[in-house]
Amino acid sequence: MAFPQPRPARAELPRQLVRTLQCGQGAVRAARFNADGNYCLTCGSDKTLKLWNPHRGTALRSFPGHGYEVLDAAGSSDNSQICSGGADRAVALWDVSTGRAVRKYRGHAGKVNCVQFNEESTVIVSGSIDSSVRCWDCRSRRPDPVQVLDEATDGISSLKLSAHEILTGSVDGRVRRYDLRAGRLCSDYIGSPISSVCFSKDGQCVLAASLDSTLRLLDKDTGELLGEYTGHRSTAYRLDCVLNELDTHVGCASEDGRVYFWDLLEGSLALSLPVGPGVVQSLAFHPRLPCLLAATQGQVTLWREESFRPEGDPEP
Amino acid sequence: MAAESSDSEEEDLVSYGSALQPLQEGERIKKPVPLQEQTVKDAKGRYQRFHGAFTGGFSAGYFNTVGTKEGWAPSAFVSSRQKRAGRTVLGPEDFMDEEDLSEFGIAPKDITTTDDFASKAKDRIKEKARQIAGVVAPIPGTTAFDDLIGPSKITVGVELLRKMGWKEGQGIGPRVKRKPQRQQPDPTVKIYGCALPPGLSEGSEGEEDEYQPENVTFAPKDVMPVDLTPKENVHGLGYKGLDPSQALFGASGREHLNLFTGGSEETSNLLGDLRHSKGRKLGITGQAFGVGALEEEDDDIYATDTLSKYDTVLKDEEPGDGLYGWTAPKQYKSKKRPEREFKYIGKILPGFSLASKPSAPIKIYPPPSLPRNYRPVHYFRPVIIAGNESCHLQKALEESTGKLESDPTQQGRHALNAAQRREQLGETELKGPAPSVLEYLSEKDRERLKEVKQASEQQMKAKIVSQQSANSRFQVTSPEEAAHKWQMHLGGQLANAGSSDFKPFAKNPEKQKRYENFVKSLKQGEKGERLERFFDQNMTEWERGREQEEFFRAAMFYRSSNSTLASRFTRAKYEDDVDKVEVPRDQENDIDDKETAVKMKMFGKLTRDNFEWHPDKLLCKRFNVRDPYPDSSIVGLPKVKRDKYSVFNFLTVHEPTTSVTQATNEKIQESNSLNKPKKSSRWDVSDKEKEKKDSISEFISLARSKADVQQQPPVPAKEECGTGTTETPPTVVADEDKNQEEESGRPPMDLFKAIFVSSSDEKSSSSEEESDEEQQPTTSERQSEATKQVDIADCSSSNLQENVTASTDSGISSLPTSKQELDATEEFGPKLPPAFSSGTTWQQQTEVPATFPGPSKKEKHRKTRERHKTKKERKRKKEKKKKHKKQKNKGKHKNKKSEKDSSSDTTDSSDSLSDMDTTGLSPKELLRRLKQLQY
Repeated sequence: MAFPQPRPARAELPRQLVRTLQCGQGAVRAARFNADGNYCLTCGSDKTLKLWNPHRGTALRSFPGHGYEVLDAAGSSDNSQICSGGADRAVALWDVSTGRAVRKYRGHAGKVNCVQFNEESTVIVSGSIDSSVRCWDCRSRRPDPVQVLDEATDGISSLKLSAHEILTGSVDGRVRRYDLRAGRLCSDYIGSPISSVCFSKDGQCVLAASLDSTLRLLDKDTGELLGEYTGHRSTAYRLDCVLNELDTHVGCASEDGRVYFWDLLEGSLALSLPVGPGVVQSLAFHPRLPCLLAATQGQVTLWREESFRPEGDPEP
Repeated sequence: MAAESSDSEEEDLVSYGSALQPLQEGERIKKPVPLQEQTVKDAKGRYQRFHGAFTGGFSAGYFNTVGTKEGWAPSAFVSSRQKRAGRTVLGPEDFMDEEDLSEFGIAPKDITTTDDFASKAKDRIKEKARQIAGVVAPIPGTTAFDDLIGPSKITVGVELLRKMGWKEGQGIGPRVKRKPQRQQPDPTVKIYGCALPPGLSEGSEGEEDEYQPENVTFAPKDVMPVDLTPKENVHGLGYKGLDPSQALFGASGREHLNLFTGGSEETSNLLGDLRHSKGRKLGITGQAFGVGALEEEDDDIYATDTLSKYDTVLKDEEPGDGLYGWTAPKQYKSKKRPEREFKYIGKILPGFSLASKPSAPIKIYPPPSLPRNYRPVHYFRPVIIAGNESCHLQKALEESTGKLESDPTQQGRHALNAAQRREQLGETELKGPAPSVLEYLSEKDRERLKEVKQASEQQMKAKIVSQQSANSRFQVTSPEEAAHKWQMHLGGQLANAGSSDFKPFAKNPEKQKRYENFVKSLKQGEKGERLERFFDQNMTEWERGREQEEFFRAAMFYRSSNSTLASRFTRAKYEDDVDKVEVPRDQENDIDDKETAVKMKMFGKLTRDNFEWHPDKLLCKRFNVRDPYPDSSIVGLPKVKRDKYSVFNFLTVHEPTTSVTQATNEKIQESNSLNKPKKSSRWDVSDKEKEKKDSISEFISLARSKADVQQQPPVPAKEECGTGTTETPPTVVADEDKNQEEESGRPPMDLFKAIFVSSSDEKSSSSEEESDEEQQPTTSERQSEATKQVDIADCSSSNLQENVTASTDSGISSLPTSKQELDATEEFGPKLPPAFSSGTTWQQQTEVPATFPGPSKKEKHRKTRERHKTKKERKRKKEKKKKHKKQKNKGKHKNKKSEKDSSSDTTDSSDSLSDMDTTGLSPKELLRRLKQLQY
């Protein structure tokens, strides 16, 4: 007879502002955790990409080289490389140690809105305003994309990858999921332009934020609506949505300078974090800890749970 | 022993074999020798091992091997150099055993009678053939000696039969009376199998007919064996090639006998009389061999073979009266029919006999009757397109074919078009769609087309003239004349000639310039000497004339390719010769259904499209996923080839204009926002607010919101006291809708605030906000705005563009009538949030050059900004109110949040205070910078 599973710890939401990073990059277009959550990347409108240790508040490296605003970035699984996409229509692959661009993939006809590494960091998948998703091979030297997914009829606003799936959200109001293993393409019509999509941690659900100020949680397999979350405001900008580390809450940035968290099951508003006066542009949730990065204007704020006591440096 | 034991009937018994020796007393019965011990010895006393059962099979060699008991010893090597000549040639005998060479071996050495020398006299059949041959043979009677000389060779079977009383020529079996034998076979007894050929056993029947003694029995008649030689060659049935032995030695005298050689004796009876009547012939006949010494008829030695001697058609033989063949009279034909079976004589193959009944005639269907005027030859007339340059050719062809079709009316239907045929047939015109494309063209276009047509005709003429002129180049005296001529030909066509993109003399820029001037003036209708001035004055008269002509020709050649039409066409998307295009097989469709489904929140099957999708092989490899379609070469969505002009290609998914969805969504959102503060969960059944969230009740809530808005007029009226607003009267529902739409596109307040800090905003969106709004004088509000929002309104130059874009957004969205613009902005998806920075640290260091916005954009910004200043002001105020309200309404997290808010507010305010001076400058600063950018 087995002991019953210990009750899972009650999910804590990041409520406490721990640190503010003044990025000095102009507007911070995106803030992203790396694979293990120890570092973060900030994409600035001043064409640079910066690597930080957000927990200590130290800037580690700056990656200049994009021709225009950097709009999204992602770190490889082994932390050795970074990919980024910018408004200069290029996707860049950076070497972290040297700080140089290893490769630049050109092929998109418009701004690259989102980039992602696959699980093994052998492929960069980038989504662009030119309504195409391109898969770039990091292993070979070939300049062309491995495959172009051009099913979307409008710009790709968001993109996420799982082990064998590519999830795209497009401004044409559809969430498309390309399943490589099954060889299927599932296209879910949401109606309103999609601003952000993400997988749940268990990989069974898809969270889609759209410009009708609604977050929708869809069943990945059937496309049924599991939950709907409203209360924030998202009508014009490409704002991120996240799930917390335990899949208990969903969060979304808002145009009113707050970050909203809802209970995933109940759909009730659990938290509304006042991040800053401007639009919260980007959100990133730590993969394991209740730790949130929120980028607003030129700064990035790090939020932790209430019980968190920062050791080491004193809290300002 | 049986005989001894029984004494009474000893005589009756017949004893066979030798009796066993009587058993001695006490003697043990010998055991039979077991099989394996039974041995056989050969002639030399060597043991022989039995191998096969009957075929004299004994094992060859040593246990069926080539070896010996001692083993296989190869012969010692002997150098062939010395013994080259001494090499013996081994025959098969060298490898044979002695037994093989004995009398009964396979190669007996003793002298035996071979077949050739054996007497054939005993073989009756052969004898008969021999007799025939003997008669025909060159030396008659040679066969008579055979019996005398030849040794007899009689087989064992014959010997046995003879001993049993058989005589040659008789059949085998008990003797029978003649009578029953001659009876017809019982009709009731059916005989299956092939009937024997007639005349096979009838040979000697005739002469025995008359004499039939009563008690005399006869031996059964001998039965001739049916010749069952299989056909092994590929010759025709019954054919036998010339046998040299027969031909040379005269075994068979004539060519017919080629067919009936020794093997097929049964037919020799049939031919016997024929042979005698014809007399003797040499074995070889025919033209090639000449006439032998014994040949009697030598009349046609030198006859030549002609083809007329041979029949080329299979047919009946000519009766001689000329009435034969399929044109023969009927009664003749019918008379001939019974004759046919008799007529067929001679070449009956061995084993075949004439059929008693003719087979059913094959029904023959007559070929279709040809029309009377049918000409079996078809002439291809060369197709000549009228109006082509090859008018000479056409004329020539017409002349050449003129004899055939001199009369145009008799040219036949091929020369007529559909309308003419219709007239001839007296049919009415079809009432269908207009038969000509021209019908669809407007009057103007038709005129233009006509012009073009005329132009082309004139061009033709001009060409002819140019040829003439080329011929008479040196006769052209003055360039004026030529120009005049040219101008006449070119006429009005040059009106559009010589557009700038056509540079025939690009290599020679001077010439090109001259040409352009020339064409320009030509267009204006100048003539002669005025044109002359464009030419180089250094040139000679002749050169000038030539160049002018050249220019004329170039201008005519180009004529801007019928620019009237050219502007209407564009490059083909697909190749013309391919009439299929690739189209995605599956398409996301029925957006409308999905729209409604989304509205009803019925996500799932209704909103989902599932397609087959083929990932790239490399992608699968990189993703560590097995290729789902290992043997497909497709990548992406499978495509199908469709007709290029299929309707389905044009039935693409038409996304509904986003503005509509946007509007509806906004409505929904707004209705949601009404209930926002109270709403906890939409899945909470107990919660009353849930109903409002339901799709059906959305409209109710919408209506309610409208009603709320209707109730609010007094409040905004109070608020708007200082701003002098242009707000529409809220009692009008339609206008209210418009307002909602305005709000739908509203960007965040911060943007406006950033730029227009000095203005205020009082636009109302939701009733709840209005209701619990504290009323403030506008001036105070402005101040508060200024203090509270200045931090956002940082106007560092790096953010300038972003601010500007933000302002445009706000301006567009707040404009009620600018729906199209709104759409345009949303076409490209969510924008990036404005890049504000509250920090002062990087304010100076990052200076983004003004590359991003073009001047036109800025102009637009400014315009919109000016237009909607007042509205923005109002909005900004409302935004602030909202914030306040939120803080109030959050009961749950009130404590913390209020703390935080207050703290943030304080920080904000402190920030703003610190930045106050800069923010105060911001609008002017902005304007200044905009101007800078613009100029």
